[in-house]
Amino acid sequence: MTDSTSRVRRNVLKAGAAAATLGALGFPAISRGQAETVRIGHLTPLTGFLGPLGEYAVMGVNLAVDEINASGGVMGRKIELIAEDSVNPQTASTKAARLIERDKVVAIIGEISSASGLAIATVAQRNRILFFNTGCNSDELRGKSCNRYMFHTEAANTMYVYAAGQALLRDGMVKGKKWYSLTADYAFGHDLLKAAKRFMAANGGEFAADELVPTDAADFSAYLLKIRNAKPDLVVSNLAGAQITNFMKQYMEYGLPYPVAGFGFDTAVAWGAGKGNVTGIWPLVWDSQVKSASAQKFTEAFTKKYGKPPENQAWGDYMSTKHVAQAMNELKTTDSTKIVEHLEKGAKFDVMKSRDGYYRNWDHQLMQEMYTIRFKPANEVTNKWELFTLSAPVPGANQSLEIIAPTREDNACTMPA
Amino acid sequence: MVLIQVLEQVINGLLVGAYYLLIALGLSLIFSLGGLVNLAHGAFYALGAYLAVKLVDVLGFGGVLFASPVLVALIGLVVERFLFRRFYREDPALGLLMTFGLAMVAEQALRLIFGASPLPFSIPQSLKGQLLVGDFIYSKYRLVMLAIAACAVAALWFLLRRTPFGRVVRAGVQNPDMVAALGISLQPYMSAVVAISVALAALAGVLLAPISGVHPAMGAEILTAAFVVVVIGGLGSFWGVVWAALIVGVVRGLTVYFYPAAAEASIYLLMVLVLLVRPRGLFGERIQRFE
Repeated sequence: MTDSTSRVRRNVLKAGAAAATLGALGFPAISRGQAETVRIGHLTPLTGFLGPLGEYAVMGVNLAVDEINASGGVMGRKIELIAEDSVNPQTASTKAARLIERDKVVAIIGEISSASGLAIATVAQRNRILFFNTGCNSDELRGKSCNRYMFHTEAANTMYVYAAGQALLRDGMVKGKKWYSLTADYAFGHDLLKAAKRFMAANGGEFAADELVPTDAADFSAYLLKIRNAKPDLVVSNLAGAQITNFMKQYMEYGLPYPVAGFGFDTAVAWGAGKGNVTGIWPLVWDSQVKSASAQKFTEAFTKKYGKPPENQAWGDYMSTKHVAQAMNELKTTDSTKIVEHLEKGAKFDVMKSRDGYYRNWDHQLMQEMYTIRFKPANEVTNKWELFTLSAPVPGANQSLEIIAPTREDNACTMPA
Repeated sequence: MVLIQVLEQVINGLLVGAYYLLIALGLSLIFSLGGLVNLAHGAFYALGAYLAVKLVDVLGFGGVLFASPVLVALIGLVVERFLFRRFYREDPALGLLMTFGLAMVAEQALRLIFGASPLPFSIPQSLKGQLLVGDFIYSKYRLVMLAIAACAVAALWFLLRRTPFGRVVRAGVQNPDMVAALGISLQPYMSAVVAISVALAALAGVLLAPISGVHPAMGAEILTAAFVVVVIGGLGSFWGVVWAALIVGVVRGLTVYFYPAAAEASIYLLMVLVLLVRPRGLFGERIQRFE
């Protein structure tokens, strides 16, 4: 018995060793053809609660690469995209290292989870390779954890809060009003709440209550009863992903009369809830209803390729890829350090909105307009992809883009050398 | 005032218990009779919800309430025939691994077929609205949901306690060898139990689809809470599972009232406490082969 067990164990070991050897032999074969193409790595979560957004991210980056290659590529070389599921911070870190060291990518684009984003940024900085963050909102990533090789096309949490805040100020929902907020109990939610509190303190509002919601909570009825008893002036969501879907569906189910606003939002969440199941005012970084020429062109190409319109995450990954390629073509180099210097000089980019954007030199945040959206009642929805109306850009045409962004005092960043 | 609000949470918690009950009952049945920890049970719940979303335009909500569980039961029969059946007599760890794998395959299959994005689904127009009783508010849809769940549970109880079928199943739970010695093959009963159990999970999927997200990971999300209910209730006990579901609902509701950040943690703490005092769960029977 013992004998046979140990024999089995030996066989398993042998098989494992053989597999490892095969794997090692496989590596050089994959890196052939390096001279002819420019490799770009794409990492984003495709499974787990951010998976639905990751799916759009991958569609966006693939469309961008198709278009760039069709119009001559980067310095006459085709882009070769290596896209993988980032899974979690540990895996993201390992995969980022492998993309840089083995596959020799010239830049990494993507990510949605701020924790994984930080992991990728650390590896990228160590290797002096560009990382374009397309979906992580955390203020800290732009502040305490900032670094020279990381750029943010996704808006920071503060920008989301201030953009929605502008709409709430306009509607008289802030001064002297009582807010009841539900906050997802992890870094993202806490970050939003911090910015919301700063905003409320500056504008004379107060919180009737701010409650933490465990990230695995799916039934909100108990929270809704509490909200109903508190009779707030405004219900505020600092929730994330699928939780927003659940919360909004159940809020509508209970038919509470209080207006709703939220600070974290992705269009895919609303599509997943369905018409008439979401209400209120929310911030948004981009939508296919934006009327700029490049936005319409992108929407058309995306819809043609995938049979459905793009949303904010597809925009982020599509546009970042375009920015990277544009910078490389203009500078005639794929050297990350040279590109960083170029971007830090305030190079302007088409961000598919009514005015151009630029990467702010001290924290590398893309300065850009934001939007707020207001959901339509079910009977006014004629197209299942257009559940809300889009506001004019925030800030307004004659205001500085900086007014919605965190200041140096809010979110200090010291770039490590 | 506080007392009234606490009472409101208690009543709501009882309603929420129905949330877990339909899934936990099936889980408990399959384990009690087959000795199989079915980690893929959540997948049948998700499948029930997806079928409802896809068929509702053709059949209406009333139609999918029947059609979806029936279709899932048929799929359950196939899965039982080709997978589960091989593991009843094996080491429980093997069955655990098999159903764990099956759960992952099912989740990825849903993702491949329907996409990773959640699918929209709404409460049927006729069931929208709220009922106000004094100071309390109830969603009409949840009351209907509770009624349907209660009917399903009552029917299952009748089947297990008052029919010849149920007598064999209960005997099989206690002592399968004796049942075999009496010349009764448990196999067809096991097939039926799996079909009924997964149909209940699918029914829960249909009922919850209008008030939560329909997405590939929904099965994995609800399964842990359902397991907690089974463990608290005790194996082999019908009423144990029912009581446990209600208690879990109430404990969760009260935690949301007093300390919301711990709402989900509270049910695990409850499980630890119950297991410390009663290792077999609240109403767990002594089952010889599991001791």
